[in-house]
Amino acid sequence: MTGISDLAGLSVLSALPGLVSSPRVWVAIVVIGIATYSFRLSFIHLFGRIDEVPERIRRPLKYVPPAVLAALVFPDLVTVRPGVVATLADERLIAGVAAGAVAWRTENVFATITVGMVVLWLFRFVVFA
Amino acid sequence: MTRMNGSVLHEDLVAGVRDVIPLMLGIVPFALVAGIAAVDAGLTLAEAVGLSVIVFAGASQLAAIDLLGSNAPLAVVIGTAAVINLRMVMYSASIAPHFADYARRTRAALAYLLTDQAYALSVAEYERNDGRSRWHYYLGAAASLWVVWQIGTVVGVVVGAGVPDAWGLTFAVPLVFLALLVPAMKDRPTTAAGLAGGAVAVAAAGLPLNLGLLVGAVSGIVVGLLTEARE
Repeated sequence: MTGISDLAGLSVLSALPGLVSSPRVWVAIVVIGIATYSFRLSFIHLFGRIDEVPERIRRPLKYVPPAVLAALVFPDLVTVRPGVVATLADERLIAGVAAGAVAWRTENVFATITVGMVVLWLFRFVVFA
Repeated sequence: MTRMNGSVLHEDLVAGVRDVIPLMLGIVPFALVAGIAAVDAGLTLAEAVGLSVIVFAGASQLAAIDLLGSNAPLAVVIGTAAVINLRMVMYSASIAPHFADYARRTRAALAYLLTDQAYALSVAEYERNDGRSRWHYYLGAAASLWVVWQIGTVVGVVVGAGVPDAWGLTFAVPLVFLALLVPAMKDRPTTAAGLAGGAVAVAAAGLPLNLGLLVGAVSGIVVGLLTEARE
């Protein structure tokens, strides 16, 4: 009996995404949290025992921010399609190039987001509509 | 002087809060986007807040949300977020000498609040003004960022649920990263790292298990090192 009501309850809940708290999500949150905290603590904790950060660690770390950020950004702006025009005539790419120019000139997050979103909407709702 | 007007706040703590205010213009939209993206991917309010409190690192939160939303394997979600946050090791190393005299427990607490902005602001200020109390100034900036980040995430979750998908609000996510990427490409090796990381990630977008980001990031780091070695 309870089995039936459980099943019914489950089906209602699963029809509403976002209302079911999944253990998967919490496992990810906790493990990422532990890893991130250990990165933050690493040398702050170790300092006093070692005087200098080894060059072997420092050199590759310098390239983490540009490499990771670009790997995050580019796939959201560019989708490779058959044909150059089909690839380039994409509102996300156009908005990204405009926002990139603003970021370069101003180094201002707010201005970058504003210009990027306005250009995206302009092309999505007006030019390509 | 600091205790004037009956204020119990340390002068250097107040200075940290004051100096971080202009940076909030970038943090507020970033936090809102983190909340909006979380709802969009099907996370609950509790999960979104848990992510912001426990992880407290925007770029990795957004990547994790994106991967969780597209049902990537847990190992890929965790591995990707960890690689993104590896840069914290660099900040930790750089700021460590300033905290070396504090008790272990104090250092452990200060480490939790370490972010790109708190790091950059504090280290610059320590250079300029050697008289500053290290932990007061850092705490003023870092704790302010923490509070604004948490509030912003919650507001993002609430607001994000009400905005139509067609507006593509989650497009603000790559825009935030773009605003951070451009200043990070400051010389030839870092620019090469960025261009290679991005290009490989696009080419690898179709890889199974959403491994494209991880492969792209690692390729970018390798190309950066190779470019540096050639110079």
